Amino acid sequence: MTAPMVAVRDLVVTFGRGAAAVQAVRGVSIDVAPGESFGLVGESGSGKSTVLRVLAGLNQAWTGVATLGGLRPSGRDRRLTRLAQMVFQDPYGSLHPRHTVDRTLSEPLAIHRIPDADARVDRALREVGLGPSFRFRYPHQLSGGQRQRVAIARALMLEPKVLLLDEPTSALDVSVQAEILNLLRRLREAQGFTMILVSHNLAVVAHMCDRLAVMNRGRIVEEMSVDTLRREAPAEAYTRQLLLASKGYDREVAARMVTYD
Amino acid sequence: MTPLLQVEDLRVTFPTPNGPFHAVRGVSFSLGRERVGIVGESGSGKSLTGRAILRLLAPSARLEARRLAFDGIDLLAASPRTLRGIRGRRISLVMQDPKYSLNPVMRVGDQIAEAARVHGGISSREARRKALGMLESVRIRDPERVARLYPHEVSGGMGQRIMIAMMLVPEPDLLIADEPTSALDVTVQMQVLAILDEQVAQRGMGLILISHDLDLVSTFCDRVLVMYGGRVLEERRASELAAATHPYTRGLLSSMPRIGETRSELPTLQRDPSWLEGGA
Repeated sequence: MTAPMVAVRDLVVTFGRGAAAVQAVRGVSIDVAPGESFGLVGESGSGKSTVLRVLAGLNQAWTGVATLGGLRPSGRDRRLTRLAQMVFQDPYGSLHPRHTVDRTLSEPLAIHRIPDADARVDRALREVGLGPSFRFRYPHQLSGGQRQRVAIARALMLEPKVLLLDEPTSALDVSVQAEILNLLRRLREAQGFTMILVSHNLAVVAHMCDRLAVMNRGRIVEEMSVDTLRREAPAEAYTRQLLLASKGYDREVAARMVTYD
Repeated sequence: MTPLLQVEDLRVTFPTPNGPFHAVRGVSFSLGRERVGIVGESGSGKSLTGRAILRLLAPSARLEARRLAFDGIDLLAASPRTLRGIRGRRISLVMQDPKYSLNPVMRVGDQIAEAARVHGGISSREARRKALGMLESVRIRDPERVARLYPHEVSGGMGQRIMIAMMLVPEPDLLIADEPTSALDVTVQMQVLAILDEQVAQRGMGLILISHDLDLVSTFCDRVLVMYGGRVLEERRASELAAATHPYTRGLLSSMPRIGETRSELPTLQRDPSWLEGGA
């Protein structure tokens, strides 16, 4: 077996200290192979986004082992930013409101002293389905879907090997979600990056991922292949309830809901 | 029997520097003691339709309708006093985000008790008892403790249930719920919907559920209106939404990924300018 691109062992993340300390992630271990698309599913507070933020180097207060391409996540290591990039949920909050698309996309190139910025920005815009006419616009002149395309283009500017996606379509309308999911699949086929997708939406994960882990209260409940999810044959009761609840309202199902710890 | 709510040719228009903007363009429907869903994407006019019924629009908005009547009362001609008697007491509105809808400097129990008093003409002790009972019926486990909390001390899911308790405590005849569960996890969402379901079944309350979630609306409601560009494009029994014929509804349904499928490319919606025609 090849070495995993992303490896996490016994990851624990604690927020606050003393009596107010909360363990958001309580001993998570995952391996993601190079080129694989891996989903992290769970409800709010399950710790799924926290795991992703540790990998992106956005959270320093953790213990355990985490490596991306053999590097330890840290916000300061430039090798890491070339290796892994992140796309956030809210395209309204993740783009600088006073930077043009051009500036947003050329900044990573300038920081890493990569030449041909002009041609690269032009190509990146075309790859995410935005023409050159979008290049000198500001975020407020773009729709939510267009902004998310810019955020994806920015993440891909440094040609990362790993793309970390935190609920990339949950702020978008379903018709726009379809466009963004198609775009991500197409880009992954062309560029072959490893992908970790965090989502509360089981159908989105089933559509995008090869394998997934279900999280609840900071722990992994179970890991499964996408085929197991498609056959709706999870092993754990928690996952079965999540699956039932995601199918829409049912009086009987609602009455039988239980809380899992 | 006259329906609980009659809406005929409802229009909401905003003045803009480029001329009037027609946000709602000729919406008609009626509602009995049933669950009606309004679905649509952002900008479809679904939320404005809900607010227009309560005449809660920005002062610059122009509201017109051939008929807008609740229980035989003409809402367009109603005095501010009559409207105050209807709002909250007989028609309640639940909004998406409890963070902005609860008073941040008032204990949640007091807020619910206040709603019970303003609309019910009862003693403060009775109001408090009602508030606690209502908290219990929205599945809050320790109502005595939660009643003493401030809004910032409760989670999003609990805040939403508190909001719903506050809106249900006056026992309204009609509840307009605008994305009441889209900030909630699926399991909590199911529990909140079960509470609304119970109110419709037990008290015969009418419910308008405004949502972008087609699956949710089609499984929860009795009837569904599909809105686009300020118009109702299609109206169906919820159980038959899968058989929708309008290309917009069909496009929305097919653009959603499904758990059991293996499509690699999702069809994207090709918007037809003719969907916007008419009604203006």
